[in-house]
Amino acid sequence: MSGVSFDFDAVEVRDVSRHYGRRRALAHVTATFRTGEIVGLFGPNGAGKSTLLGLLSTMARPSAGEIRYGGQLAREVGDALRGRIGVLGHDLFLYNDLTAHENLMFFAQLYGVPHPAQRIAAALSAARLEARAGDRVAGFSRGLRQRLALERALLHDPRLVLLDEPFTGLDDASATVLGGRLRSLRDQGAIVLMATHDFESADGLVDRALCLTNGRATTLAAGGSGGLRDRYRAAMREGQ
Amino acid sequence: MIAVLRAAWLIARKDLVVEARSRELAYTTLFFAMACVLVFSFSFVDREGRVPTDVPAGILWVALAFSGSLALARAFERERQAETLRALLLAPVERASVYLGKLFGLLVLMAGVEMVLVPVVGLLFRAPIGQAPWLLMGLLASGTIGFAAVGTLLAAMLVRAHSRDVLLPILLYPIAVPVILGGVRGTAALFSAEPDVLAAENWLAMLIFFDTVFVTLALWMFGPVMSEQ
Repeated sequence: MSGVSFDFDAVEVRDVSRHYGRRRALAHVTATFRTGEIVGLFGPNGAGKSTLLGLLSTMARPSAGEIRYGGQLAREVGDALRGRIGVLGHDLFLYNDLTAHENLMFFAQLYGVPHPAQRIAAALSAARLEARAGDRVAGFSRGLRQRLALERALLHDPRLVLLDEPFTGLDDASATVLGGRLRSLRDQGAIVLMATHDFESADGLVDRALCLTNGRATTLAAGGSGGLRDRYRAAMREGQ
Repeated sequence: MIAVLRAAWLIARKDLVVEARSRELAYTTLFFAMACVLVFSFSFVDREGRVPTDVPAGILWVALAFSGSLALARAFERERQAETLRALLLAPVERASVYLGKLFGLLVLMAGVEMVLVPVVGLLFRAPIGQAPWLLMGLLASGTIGFAAVGTLLAAMLVRAHSRDVLLPILLYPIAVPVILGGVRGTAALFSAEPDVLAAENWLAMLIFFDTVFVTLALWMFGPVMSEQ
């Protein structure tokens, strides 16, 4: 819809801090996210994960520091940058009184997705919701909404995919499908950043893991003998 | 500009589809407006059916303003339920599109309420609504645009405030006073025994001026106001 194409191959977070009044949500976070990787974002409640996702989505501005998308600041690129970002928030951004198809069509048109009918058919198929396409979202379970919301976030083939607790409400089969979908996005060159508390689902899926504690970011050690949860617990103990 | 209007139309159409399904806002605003008019009719119309001068115009605009503020609050409450306002602000469209889309949706709704309300006021208060119908429509349209233009901006600003239901009327009515006064005086000029068309035209011009100012300011302010949410 913006009419201007923009693309980037990396997102650089440089010494970013974010304050809400006197409360510090993020403090001097520095990280780089590149195409073709899934980065897990872990940390206790209130550690700043959603704040970091909000800053990356351009919905909020850093109090200090800067975020560069392919070397450019969000304000330099304008609306076109938002057309390259897909967000699945904790709230699902779906209209309950619209059907699954209508929700996808609305966002496809808003994002200026070419050939929306075909794209929506593919999205409904990926969400395994073809049979429920004409049903209002109000009648969907949390898991079905989550699957639809993920496809809504990916309708416009975003370069940067920001997911906040994407496994919430998904059954085992759906979580496996989501894992496959995220690997497929990574293989297509997307930058996937995922905040989650679901270590089992994230283990083996993320290429890299960042741990946020009290607004500060540390990289979780790669590999090692234990799983992701063990490494996270070790990092938390060291942080204390 | 075409892209802005196209996105605004998509958002307004979505709002109208949602409203057509739930009819929540239409029923709420219409019943509230009708109740207002009905209560006032018992107070002001005497046994012989006489009505004090200028009262019908005042009651019409009070009913419109009160029911309009109800619609404004609920229109953004819907966007808050699943954080869909964030989804709109994340889309690669100018923020002005979001504002215009919400404004247009509200205007269609309020126009629907007016189509029922004006004949009822004419009936209950013996108001001569057919004396200068085009001028009356112009006054209603321009007054509604001015009121909704300010209201849409304020409702969006307050969408995350805890006491938004209290704050909206407190902020909206003082700012919208020139529009409501213009509407009342212009409509009263038309509803008088001998319609004062010239006065009504002057008030219409004043309302169009207010509309221009309010819509321009709201378009200018909406982006910065929403960007930090």
